[in-house]
Amino acid sequence: MLTLDDNMTLAPAQRARLVLGQADCATVTETVCAITERPRPPMAWYVAFAISSAATLMFFASIAYLIATGVGVLGNNNPVFWAWPIVNFVFWIGIGHAGTLISAILFLFRQRWRTGINRFAEAMTIFAVICAGIFPAIHVGRAWVIYWLAPYPNQMSIWPNFRSPLLWDVFAVSTYGTVSLLFWYLGMIPDLATLRDRATTFWRKLLYGLFALGWTGSSSQWRRFEWAYLLLAALATPLVLSVHSVVSFDFAVAQVPGWHSTIFPPYFVAGAIFSGCAMVVTLAVPARSLFGLKSLITMRHLDNMNRLILGTGLLVAYAYGIEWFMAWYSGNPYEMFAQLNRALGPYAWGYWIMVACNVLAPQLFWFRKMRTTPWLMWIIAVFVNVGMWFERFVIIVASLGREYLPSGWGMYRPTMIDVMMLVGSFGLFFTLFLLFCRFLPMVAMAEVKGVLPKDHGVAQHS
Amino acid sequence: MTTANQQSESPIVGLLVEFDGPEALKAAAAGLKTAGYTRCEAYSPYPVHGLDAILGRKRSLIPWMVLGGGFTGCVVALLLQWWTNAVDYPYLISGKPLFSLPANIPVTFELIILFGALAAFGGVLLLTNLPRPYHPLFGCEKFRRVTTDAFFLTVDAADPKFDEAATADLLRWLGAKSVEPYRNPASRRDVPGVLKAAVTLLIALSVLPVFLIAVHRYERKSKPRIHPLQDMAFQPKYLPQQSSPLFADGRDMRPPVPGAVAADALIDQDHFLHGTINGRPATTFPVPVTAEMMHRGRERFAIFCATCHGLAGDGDGVTAQLAFEREEPKWVRPLSLHNASVVSQPVGQIFATVSNGIRTMPSYSSQIPVEDRWAIILYVRALQRTRTATMKDVPKEYRKLLERIERSDAGTRAKRP
Repeated sequence: MLTLDDNMTLAPAQRARLVLGQADCATVTETVCAITERPRPPMAWYVAFAISSAATLMFFASIAYLIATGVGVLGNNNPVFWAWPIVNFVFWIGIGHAGTLISAILFLFRQRWRTGINRFAEAMTIFAVICAGIFPAIHVGRAWVIYWLAPYPNQMSIWPNFRSPLLWDVFAVSTYGTVSLLFWYLGMIPDLATLRDRATTFWRKLLYGLFALGWTGSSSQWRRFEWAYLLLAALATPLVLSVHSVVSFDFAVAQVPGWHSTIFPPYFVAGAIFSGCAMVVTLAVPARSLFGLKSLITMRHLDNMNRLILGTGLLVAYAYGIEWFMAWYSGNPYEMFAQLNRALGPYAWGYWIMVACNVLAPQLFWFRKMRTTPWLMWIIAVFVNVGMWFERFVIIVASLGREYLPSGWGMYRPTMIDVMMLVGSFGLFFTLFLLFCRFLPMVAMAEVKGVLPKDHGVAQHS
Repeated sequence: MTTANQQSESPIVGLLVEFDGPEALKAAAAGLKTAGYTRCEAYSPYPVHGLDAILGRKRSLIPWMVLGGGFTGCVVALLLQWWTNAVDYPYLISGKPLFSLPANIPVTFELIILFGALAAFGGVLLLTNLPRPYHPLFGCEKFRRVTTDAFFLTVDAADPKFDEAATADLLRWLGAKSVEPYRNPASRRDVPGVLKAAVTLLIALSVLPVFLIAVHRYERKSKPRIHPLQDMAFQPKYLPQQSSPLFADGRDMRPPVPGAVAADALIDQDHFLHGTINGRPATTFPVPVTAEMMHRGRERFAIFCATCHGLAGDGDGVTAQLAFEREEPKWVRPLSLHNASVVSQPVGQIFATVSNGIRTMPSYSSQIPVEDRWAIILYVRALQRTRTATMKDVPKEYRKLLERIERSDAGTRAKRP
């Protein structure tokens, strides 16, 4: 039998509650708004913010140093021209994909449990895209002319090359950032209006009022809002699949052994969602207990995310296997060498960290105990994040380090600045996330209200 | 909220009616419609489905706007890529067509999505008249709960059937929790003047940089333009007249290597460098003819020319002989330098032949310095003279000696069997 605080039933005849406890509209508003309205955030927030903002400072300081001095401060060399900056870029852009999956794809599939976590998963997407966008921009050498990437009429009378995957990347990533931001903001307008209507101080009234755009919740507004939201979801779904496909073209269109492979687009998309779901769990587990959101982000939500991690993890494992098959089946000695070099070469430790974290660690999610124990799932999710970072490291560094001609081989070693930038980008990500938790509605209140259980236990609207 | 004084000043905008929940709201909206009211609106904390049909709303235009946005994005992307990469600045890459669809699909796809998404977002704002900083309902304390858990209907005072008392009664009968009129406040609390001034100033200032850049770009100036990024101007490199610890003389500028020729040294040197005078082959040597030059010419001829042309210039050098022995099908016998067509050439033309090559003979300008070429030509002239000279060419004091040698030669020949 269902109780108010348990929605982990496996009985197919019983619809699991999406919101636990005393679930009515006022409670939902109170729970979510209280996070931003209480005079002070919890102590843990201050500690986390101090650490992450320090790391952010370090990030921007190292960027300033890089720009003032030149790309020589990074470990990038000949032949490993693309090194950590691009590893970090692909890693962060992948993190973002789970947010769009939850907000758009699960919306189209009418997975109503998404309402508990979609807002902060979307926020995670935007912050990850911000972190991702920084890396290609700063590693080009002369970052101050990065606007040359845009097709604009200029005194040099030249245009960018539209046949280049790197240019496709510019369009894909900037479109992804823009559409994610629109989707996130549009969905947040009703909730910003809630905060506006509850505001008591001048600044809260002014700022929430400004961003709520004068939302009244009239039926004519809701009608257009729902259409636009549905269509944005329908646009974001193919977009999210295209973005990491285009990112994979950066590699697959090149002729480097280990890159030139048709499996890359689906393999990258699966890996992106895999890593993104892991990041959602990494953020959700501490956030829900810190801000008292356990009734809205329930154990069932986490269980579902862990199942997604397991599923996409199996896809990724399949892709790793197919890479071996393709290397052998191609009959191409360079492809076979590239594959052997990954597993047995100088970066073999990276490959086996990747396999251990991405293939073996998620298998623990076959056990229900693992999927429903917060600290255990958190550890596994962190392992997956580490593994997915190493996947990109192995693809980029191990392939570039040993291409066709042994005379052109070389080893890559990161410098201190590389490490500071990676750590710093995490700092930026967590800083933005902590600010979001403190000042914006962390849960999509209006959407949750629509799926509240009524007296007869059926969600009120679809 | 309002005092009695203010109430009498500002007219009623409409009635704000609260209901218990979505079902009551829908029932009341249906009741109002039945009663013939047309200007009513429902407000709820989350979308209540079914209300649109009751209120008689048509399907939203947003899907069409998104379709239009997507179509625009597609056309813009294709035109952009075609015009920039195939027309204005053609990129020829691996011989591929300048414009072909497969390579242009990714950008086209992204722009379809981008324009479609912008149309969806812009469409909501446009159709719902947002952003709208002020609404008469914002004056009602009760209405603030609409974004939390309250459900409202409003009936507009402009509705033809509107009558404050009668409409309120009807609404109560339809199950309203509360009915109250709402009105525009007599004095709207305006945005503070300081804030207004600051925003105006900011907007004005934000135009300034754009204006300055535009002026700067189209202005004619005698001084170089401002160049904010000096990254190419200051480089770690040696400039003229600086010192360098790398060289013994301490200068960063190096003296020219031996044999270097100043650029202007080539002007007015046609005779020496090309063997022409006023565009016609020269008949004289540009350098003084000496015995030393003749010896140099014989040596160089033996090295560079004799292998084909033969030591005496008959076209029977070792290379030529070998080629004939092997019956090389492509071998053409080198022209004898004693051929009348060569003998009659001015020296400038022979110089041109050595310098530039002729027929199967290659150019020797890269192997033989100019002075040596003239020396070789002097020697060729001497060789030719050996066959064409007459007794008149012999200096008088040698003629007798020569005639004696001639006679003894003839005697020797006669004695042979």
